[in-house]
Amino acid sequence: MKLILTLPLVIPLATAALCLLAWRFRSVQRMLGIAGAFALLAAGAALLHAVLRDGVVATQAGGWPAPFGITLVADLFSAVMVLVTGLIAAPVAVYSSANVDKRRESFGYHPLFHVLLLGVCGSFLTGDVFNLYVWFEVMLIASFVLIALGGERGQIEGALKYVTLNLMASAVFLAAAGLLYRTAGTLNMADLAVRLRTQTEPGLAGALAMLFLVAFGTKAAIFPLFFWLPASYHTPPVAVSALFAGLLTKVGVYALIRVFTLIFVHDTPFTHNLILALSGLTMITGVLGAMVQNDFRRILSFHIISQIGYMIMGLALFTPVAVAASVFYIVHHIIVKTNLFLISGITERLGGSHALKRLGGFYDSRPVLGLLFLVPALSLAGIPPLSGFFAKLSLVRAGLQVGSYAIVAAALAVSLLTLFSMAKIWAEVFWKPAPEGREQAAAPPGAARGMAALWLPVVALALLTLYLGLFPEHFYRVCERAAGQLLEPAAYIEAVLGARR
Amino acid sequence: MTALMAVVVGALYAGAIYMMTRRSMVKLIIGLALLSHAANVLIFTAAGLKRGAAPLVPPGGALPAETTADPLPQALILTAIVISFSVLAFALALLHRTFKVSAAEDIDQIRSTEQ
Repeated sequence: MKLILTLPLVIPLATAALCLLAWRFRSVQRMLGIAGAFALLAAGAALLHAVLRDGVVATQAGGWPAPFGITLVADLFSAVMVLVTGLIAAPVAVYSSANVDKRRESFGYHPLFHVLLLGVCGSFLTGDVFNLYVWFEVMLIASFVLIALGGERGQIEGALKYVTLNLMASAVFLAAAGLLYRTAGTLNMADLAVRLRTQTEPGLAGALAMLFLVAFGTKAAIFPLFFWLPASYHTPPVAVSALFAGLLTKVGVYALIRVFTLIFVHDTPFTHNLILALSGLTMITGVLGAMVQNDFRRILSFHIISQIGYMIMGLALFTPVAVAASVFYIVHHIIVKTNLFLISGITERLGGSHALKRLGGFYDSRPVLGLLFLVPALSLAGIPPLSGFFAKLSLVRAGLQVGSYAIVAAALAVSLLTLFSMAKIWAEVFWKPAPEGREQAAAPPGAARGMAALWLPVVALALLTLYLGLFPEHFYRVCERAAGQLLEPAAYIEAVLGARR
Repeated sequence: MTALMAVVVGALYAGAIYMMTRRSMVKLIIGLALLSHAANVLIFTAAGLKRGAAPLVPPGGALPAETTADPLPQALILTAIVISFSVLAFALALLHRTFKVSAAEDIDQIRSTEQ
């Protein structure tokens, strides 16, 4: 057993258990939650450091050799994702302490938060398709309760849609895993990679690939499977929305990239061109959906969908540059999107609403908040020198290299429309005068409580965006190596199965 | 036997999808339950329907002469049943809450998040 691989699972699990022990003491839970999230961040950093130094790390929980044992494995992509999970968990845990009300806290907000992180980290670290299903369910059950916790009408109704569509995706995933076992006789991903490359039934493997595409595509909210997302993400408290927006759909994207680089590569002209078409449609429908919305968080929700398109565009182009760009894009997007949701929480606290028409005048009263909004907003649209520019630039470069001009045109057009949408939020929330009846100084009572806990996470994430934008080469080099490992899985297979093959 | 089970799986999927396309929330939950049953029976059938001993061989022992059954699909199904059981319990509680806060049983009336 390698401790470094189990820590990102043990820390959230232990934090959740300790929070449950401290059930009656909300402030103890809050402190434990923040400590656990920072510990996860440290564990993620240690894991990435180890993988950068030693290459792919694998271990067999329970001591049975692969492919029979329970494999935990981290290549660079997994390690980067675990680190980003920590990078999001820590600010959101701090933010929750001022954003989540007492009732939600006393009904288990903090333990659920960490169970969710456990599911997310487990999905990133597992080397087995069925365990991936189980980790997905851990994550989903925690997210089901988090989205409904509080029991407001919008929340419950959003949760019903979220639960139904995610359960359908899970059923498809389960059936696909069962059939995959029947086809290949194994569920260990490295073993599958070996066996499906040599097997003789491409039709069956193609059908399985499509089942996995539907299952993970629903979780990742790609076209035309995204309808649960805009129906539910704007309903829970902002801290929950931000955590979901940052992490949940990206677990689906991670799973898509994992299976379509490691397992289903027997017929890339068909599967990856299909993904390319879906990525273009995802970008376009998402951004068009965002343009007609008039609620801060609903606009952001539709932009999640649109941005998912960019992430799978890199997977679909399937060249080292493109996959590296995808990894870069995922990380950039997680940081930026979480930050935008956190900012929407501050404007809601100060202005009392998420509806654009009821907000306004914040550039007058809070110019710093305006600047803080502009960092992630312009980064999302891809304005240099912010992180989104480099993410989009490398995707466009990858697209031009293989001559996919249509998708490059779509990507550029969508980023223009994204800019339009961000400008709309800017104009409505920050620039236009405050609406009648709301005095500038008269924020709702209690608005000042814990403002530092709301501001600090936003500032920290904005600084991260600036760092990724001003020094992209540091992280881009890691992404290039991660893409190399994804496209040449020999190291991954050897780390899991040993050198005997 | 496999052909019969294939029909059963098909009927379960058809029933699940039919139930989920109804407008009643109770039928939605029944549909979800059928969907997870369909997936479980599908795995069970696909893994091969055969009678056989568990493939346990003592250290140094010879391979058993009679056919052995693959225990893994059953372990998968067992895990999946536990998960779907707990998720359905949650879905039922959620259904109850939805009914209380929306006073609607018709899914078409649940639109307060769509405006």
